[in-house]
Amino acid sequence: MDKNQSAGLLFEIGQPGRRCHAIPEASRVDAAAMIPGRFLSESPPPLPELSELDIVRHFTNLSTLNMAIDCNFYPLGSCTMKYNPKRHERLVGSHRFAEQHPLQPDSTCQGTLGVLHEMERMLAEIAGLDACSLQPSAGAQGELTSLLVAAAWFRHRGEARSKVLIPDSAHGTNPASAALAGFQAVGVKSTADGLVDMEDFAAKLDDDVAVFMITNPNTLGLFEPNIRRIADMVHARGGLVYLDGANMNAILGIARPGDFGADMMHFNVHKTFTGPHGAGGPGSGPIAVRAMLEPFLPRPRIIVGADGAFRLDENRPLSIGRVRSFHGNIGVILRGYFYIRTLGAEGLADVSRHAVLNARYLRSLLAGLIEIPGPDNGLHEFVASARNLRREKRVSAMDIAKRLLDYGFHSPTVYFPLVVPEALMMEPTETESPETLEAFAKALGNILAEDPEILRQAPHSLPISRPDEVKATKEPVLRWKAD
Amino acid sequence: MSYLPHTPEQVASMLRTIGAPSLEALFAGIPAKDRLHRPLELPGPMGEIALSGLADAVAARNRSARELACFLGAGAYDHFIPAVVDSLAGRAEFVTAYTPYQAEASQGSLQAFFEFQTLICQLTGMDVTNASLYEGSSAVAEAIMMALSGSDRDGPVLMSPYLHPHHGEVARTCLANLGTKIETVPPDSDRIHLACLRSSVSEATPCVVVQHPNILGNLEEVHEISRICKEKGALFIVCYNPVSLGVLGRPGDYGADIAVAEGQGLGSPLAYGGPYLGLLSCRSALTRKIPGRLVGQTVDRRGKRCWVLALQTREQHIRREKATSNICTNQGLYALRAAIHLAALGPAGLRETALACMSKARETVEQLRVAGAGEPLVDHPWFHEFVLRLPPSSPTADRVVELMVEKGFLAGFPLSRWFAGRERDLLVAVTEKRTSVEIASFAESLGRLARGG
Repeated sequence: MDKNQSAGLLFEIGQPGRRCHAIPEASRVDAAAMIPGRFLSESPPPLPELSELDIVRHFTNLSTLNMAIDCNFYPLGSCTMKYNPKRHERLVGSHRFAEQHPLQPDSTCQGTLGVLHEMERMLAEIAGLDACSLQPSAGAQGELTSLLVAAAWFRHRGEARSKVLIPDSAHGTNPASAALAGFQAVGVKSTADGLVDMEDFAAKLDDDVAVFMITNPNTLGLFEPNIRRIADMVHARGGLVYLDGANMNAILGIARPGDFGADMMHFNVHKTFTGPHGAGGPGSGPIAVRAMLEPFLPRPRIIVGADGAFRLDENRPLSIGRVRSFHGNIGVILRGYFYIRTLGAEGLADVSRHAVLNARYLRSLLAGLIEIPGPDNGLHEFVASARNLRREKRVSAMDIAKRLLDYGFHSPTVYFPLVVPEALMMEPTETESPETLEAFAKALGNILAEDPEILRQAPHSLPISRPDEVKATKEPVLRWKAD
Repeated sequence: MSYLPHTPEQVASMLRTIGAPSLEALFAGIPAKDRLHRPLELPGPMGEIALSGLADAVAARNRSARELACFLGAGAYDHFIPAVVDSLAGRAEFVTAYTPYQAEASQGSLQAFFEFQTLICQLTGMDVTNASLYEGSSAVAEAIMMALSGSDRDGPVLMSPYLHPHHGEVARTCLANLGTKIETVPPDSDRIHLACLRSSVSEATPCVVVQHPNILGNLEEVHEISRICKEKGALFIVCYNPVSLGVLGRPGDYGADIAVAEGQGLGSPLAYGGPYLGLLSCRSALTRKIPGRLVGQTVDRRGKRCWVLALQTREQHIRREKATSNICTNQGLYALRAAIHLAALGPAGLRETALACMSKARETVEQLRVAGAGEPLVDHPWFHEFVLRLPPSSPTADRVVELMVEKGFLAGFPLSRWFAGRERDLLVAVTEKRTSVEIASFAESLGRLARGG
């Protein structure tokens, strides 16, 4: 089928004078009678002029150019691309959630405030920590918020600490967040499995370390066996342990960060608790902390009055302040709440059990096909390496990733983590069936038997193939312009 | 209840393949002392029918802007969202896709983001727009960081006293540990005093942050403010209302260096405060300092036009602690909604929306006067939001808002929560959705309360 009808940009398909949305009775209003001319523009912004069908056909056809969880297996490591339940979309669509103004009186939001309060307690229980703030908009903002809370706590105690230790296998947001919170990010070496190099860690830990940030399970899907010792060592020096919760899908109800030594952590509600990813957002990155850090959490806090009514409390003298406008990405948090209520305690533990089962099963299916360095007792994800293929056949991780697209599978995460050369990081999640995993393994087997030239030119069946990214950066074209 | 596809037979067979005796054995890599040896204390599982009942029970304890006629704004506005926005942005291919790292598998979202960037440039008259930030307040904080990056100006950042208080607070929170000083220009008569601003800006000022229309609904003398900034070489950051640009001059046309906004008015439901989206645009000279995701146009190996994530070398996954920002996501789905919303409105629809807001707001002012509800403070030029000063006979604005709920209205925002001493001031916003019947009834109810009736 020819999809060329959708090939144009919005700006190339309109006609002057064509309309979609209109408020006819407003067209005769005279702005100049209400506002002095110096504030007015002579004409409205030069937006495209389209009919409703122009718009519908354009965006509907565009949507078909995407891969998505509802269409394809998406084993992106570290991204937790699990199924996003349809019921959540229906429930949050109620006008009593979707059409609530963030500043309307607390008395008119008792349902929402009650749910948010309960969500804080549920996340604290899952974390094994004491208090929770739902405000951060995404994981990276959760990291920054936690580090600002830590900084405020140290300041309150009269301590000036300047360093944050971060293993070099960590996601790039960790050091970026540390720098923004005013700390110096200090890298700690990782072993080949991405675990903490204890010698380097011990050498770098001193009384100037405010926070040790760790992703556990790590980006290779391995649980850090020394985590308790690490936390004890950090605590002995008066520091705090931060857990990057990106990989919580592996340990829900199995192990709790607070129990193994973390003092603060963030959740990715859009990953672990299924808020859809929306091609890049919105996310939601609530944080959980130990009781001593609670006074420093962003304001407002949800409190319960003597009458049982929920209320937003702005009067928090030690709070770091807001990290965003209003109260958080409530729509995403509600979806997470409905997810946790649907599954319950046993259901959440089953999520992790089957996420690990699927990862280990896929690993065993692929073991004969491609090198998978690292021990085979990993959790929810694992990392394959194309370094031998690169050497023997001049086939890179990227070539394999691109060819998988032709087979209808989204590619794994490539070239991350940095500690594995030619990395292909795979996280199947719990919602995939063994049949899907077997089909994926079969496709990968076929691909590796193909003429390498086919791989180097792949994909062959998608709308485009191998965009010139160097050109996009050297001669950036970041908007359409009329010729 | 679960979303697991595995049958017990499949689990057993998979375990055999792995060589693990049980599901529990899969966690042998976690030391026993680090394991949780009891179930989580969470409420029990439920099926979809029970869950729907639970959601209904929660919703029953809420009131919405569909039930209470909304005259409340203060940074989030009850604008109409055309059905095409929900219908198209609700397509699963957009909703359930990941960040478009694999360009070949993501051309739908990438092209839509490129269109979003272009639409916001057209809207604002600015050169470059990123693919969106979290929301308005963090967009302001990111704009300030952009202005500070590489700047040798060591004076304080200057902020309008009539900037949305959340914007100012977030900027202070996020910049607290970076040694940045932020100063607020002294308040005047509900808009910036130009002489006061002129004496505050110096050659050491990195940037000036102004909201227009300001938080009280008044228009600022942006041409003059722009001139004052240019004279001293300070960057002019303006925080605009996207809907107002249907009639007001564009930031790019009055000389803004960075233009930011809360983009909620472009197709995001009120949703109790989020998700929304932050809009950030700048002049081309600042392109490489822009935070967050950017989509660029290029060609593929066959020479076909296509779109990719561009200039990723600015971003945290490559630059790590040297990145321009720690931001890793955009508000993908909400940027898409804004793009569809702007496409649906077009220039004429955007203009009519702004005009309808303005004329209905003035109708409200007239009706409130007639009803004796107090004095609307509309001496300065204003857009669609104004302060109503309640008469001495009236309960405080805080109390009025509570009482008006019973009459069926979200009456506005009690200003004393942000501005000390303004107990009788109510901030009222009017959008294109309000009808003449609602406006008349609002004024009548408010008048009766305010007169002490």
